[in-house]
Amino acid sequence: MTPVASKLYTDDVSLLMVLIDTNPFFWNSINSTLSFSKFLSNVLPFLNSILLLNQLNQVVLIATGYNSCDYIFYSSASQNHNQRAESLLQKLEEFVAKDESLCREDSVDGPGFSLLSGSLSMALCYIQKVFRSGPLHPRPRILCLHGSPDGPGQYVAIMNAIFSAQRLMVPVDSCILGAQHSAFLQQASYITGGVHLKPQQLDGLFQYLSTVFATDLHSRSFLQLPKPVGVDFRAACFCHKNTIDMGYICSVCLSIFCKHHKQCSTCGSVFG
Amino acid sequence: MADGQVMKRAKYKSSVKDPGVPGVLKMTRERFVFMPNDPNSSRKLNVEFRTIKGHKFTKEGSSRQALLNLTQEHGGNYILEFDSFADRDICREFVAAAIAFHGETGKATSEKPAAPLQGEQLSTAEMEHRIKLLQEDNELQMLHKQFVIGGILTEAEFWATRKKLLDQNDRRMPKQHVALKNEMWSVKPLSDGQSNRVTFNLTPEIILQIFAEKPAVRQAYLKCVPIKMSEKEFWTKYSRAEYLHSTKNVVAAAAEAAEDEELAIFLKQDDMLANEARRKIRRVDPTLDMEADVGDDYLHLLDHGLLREESKDVLDSQYEPYRRYFSQDLNQHAAVVLQGRVVDVELGDTRSVAEALARTKQAELANEASEGNSEIDLSHRISRIAEMDDLQGPRDPAVAHLCIKDPGDYFDSQQANALKALGDTGSGVKTLKCNVSPLEAYGSLRELVSEIRVRGLSEPITNPEVAFTVLSGLTQNISSTKYHLGKNPHESVLDSLPKVTREDLLHHWTSIQELLKHFWSSYPITTKYLYTKVTRLKDALSQVYPKLQEIKESVQSDFRHQVSLLVHPMLQALDAAFAHYDADVQKRSAKNGERTNGFV
Repeated sequence: MTPVASKLYTDDVSLLMVLIDTNPFFWNSINSTLSFSKFLSNVLPFLNSILLLNQLNQVVLIATGYNSCDYIFYSSASQNHNQRAESLLQKLEEFVAKDESLCREDSVDGPGFSLLSGSLSMALCYIQKVFRSGPLHPRPRILCLHGSPDGPGQYVAIMNAIFSAQRLMVPVDSCILGAQHSAFLQQASYITGGVHLKPQQLDGLFQYLSTVFATDLHSRSFLQLPKPVGVDFRAACFCHKNTIDMGYICSVCLSIFCKHHKQCSTCGSVFG
Repeated sequence: MADGQVMKRAKYKSSVKDPGVPGVLKMTRERFVFMPNDPNSSRKLNVEFRTIKGHKFTKEGSSRQALLNLTQEHGGNYILEFDSFADRDICREFVAAAIAFHGETGKATSEKPAAPLQGEQLSTAEMEHRIKLLQEDNELQMLHKQFVIGGILTEAEFWATRKKLLDQNDRRMPKQHVALKNEMWSVKPLSDGQSNRVTFNLTPEIILQIFAEKPAVRQAYLKCVPIKMSEKEFWTKYSRAEYLHSTKNVVAAAAEAAEDEELAIFLKQDDMLANEARRKIRRVDPTLDMEADVGDDYLHLLDHGLLREESKDVLDSQYEPYRRYFSQDLNQHAAVVLQGRVVDVELGDTRSVAEALARTKQAELANEASEGNSEIDLSHRISRIAEMDDLQGPRDPAVAHLCIKDPGDYFDSQQANALKALGDTGSGVKTLKCNVSPLEAYGSLRELVSEIRVRGLSEPITNPEVAFTVLSGLTQNISSTKYHLGKNPHESVLDSLPKVTREDLLHHWTSIQELLKHFWSSYPITTKYLYTKVTRLKDALSQVYPKLQEIKESVQSDFRHQVSLLVHPMLQALDAAFAHYDADVQKRSAKNGERTNGFV
């Protein structure tokens, strides 16, 4: 980085990775309080406001689909600044079409599960790339705008991603749009030091986003942000992917099982 | 206890000045009895150790009395004088053990700690160690009293899970050595103004320091004493040399050195030191950046700011070897003090001290010689350190250390879990149960996206009223959690409960944990002993159960909900234990039933 740029680097430069849930079955099952278009019309101004807070702020948008995930928008890409929203929406449409083409099922019950583990991993890879780009880089954080219920089949992958985020010191903020609480995202925010919020009034989503989630990491040390009352620490068992309270644990690799097994399926140790 | 009693001759005094009544002192675990030699005397004593709270004693010293002072709780005390310090020390240890023993079992009763099981031999040190641990930790003591004295767990089982505590104590002795004194032994002889005599006082400590700082003196000592001269003569000569130095009269020093060979050694500069310094300089890392600080501004002062007399500069080179530089002395002294005590020899015998120091120095030399091949490593290191910043590769990003969270957090935050179990209030959004085909779902999504492309973003983004409600809701939420949970985010619900309830809850929690630990560890049941143990534990657990219900009911209505949330996981754990026990009993009776069937 040239010396000139280093003078512009203040404490509050941030890189925001936004993961939006584009699971069509979820958006279909939600009632009209928040349709997908209303959702987008709240999120786009929020992204603009992030970019207005500081000249060096960066925003990356990743879409969490039903079958795939992809990068939708980079603020650092050199394009005509007036056309940002258009290009974002264009890419989003292309992504949805691609996701549809990958769909193999005939019908899906209820909201279905979106690929949160995939988009978390993509976000963390991008962050890792930024870390290695040089000594001067913005402070990254991840914001998950998520509505689909937790997919127990992704428990292990999501936990691994969360622990990597913790190790890299990247906070994972989460905003729950659906009806039910998400245990995974609660745990993610708790362990990485991020903010977890389940808005009561979804038509004021922009107000929630700009009050709670727009703050950069440096300012968070002197701001009071909403704290959840408790965290659901329940795990999912490795054999059936059910959420359980009490179970059996392998003393070698700490894998969790709901039923008694003769042998651990993860590390192969035999239970005596 | 192996020694049941101690019997010694002693004198009982009412105060230190009192000559004392001679008699016989007999001490057992429970009490001590003093019978005076004179049967008519009324100074008999028969005191229980229960009432004795402490003991004091005089230090050893030939002119002092061997006293032992036993103090009671309400200020009374008994002073005993012994014939010898050895006697006194024996009694003192006995008294200490007795006091500790009685202190542990509390004020009212004098119960013994539970007798060790057959087959388990506890040394007295072990017993005392356990007693000390119990005294230090209130919680441990409470648990011990409740379970071991109450007969639910045996002593062995109780301590079996606490092996780490028992082992820990041995390593508590600090391994610190006494360092060398930081006073430079400068010449401060006692000179009385009248006569021309100057007296020097040399203690073994000072001798050690002299040997450590001046290797030439040490070498001279080893060579000369006791062959050429006695120790006293040696030190007299040395003191004379120091005196001459103190007068700062270099010419006189040179003159005397010319006459006396040994004196010359003391007066000249230390060659061995010079060699050592040269060797050390060679070992300094050449990449060390010796740039002086701006604040260290004394360089342009002669001799680094130390005062010097002008006359010294005019002297002849002939006197050069007899000059001593204060900065050199100071540096050498500092180096020696920082190195610490290299030898651990008794200071009385000067010769052995000198030899020990000589040996350590030789060992150092040998080590250095063997490090000759470290030169190659050194050159490698130099090439690595002298890298240029611009040419450096990217460093790995900083990572946070793994941390194991405090389990206390888990206990507090389980409220949310319990909340869910008791029925969650959903938010305003309700999901419609439906079954859609992917075509429909994706189609509607794409439509919405294109709709917004066409329509553009709405203005204003949100309804102002909605925005206001959201903002006030958020503020209230944040301030209410602050209000309820306190400014400290780690403050828990427990602190807001009334003290009695809180103590009760915590007590039940720790005792349930202890019982459950033993309960679950006894499964699978393989021996009769385990079976009886499990039955005992289950009875104890079933007694706790109604107590928890009581707590829930006894608390005020404001706190009832929170308390029930806190008690809920405890009840769950107990239920799980009972269910397991019942299932196990059923299985066993089924198995037994089968067996009798087959063997009829």
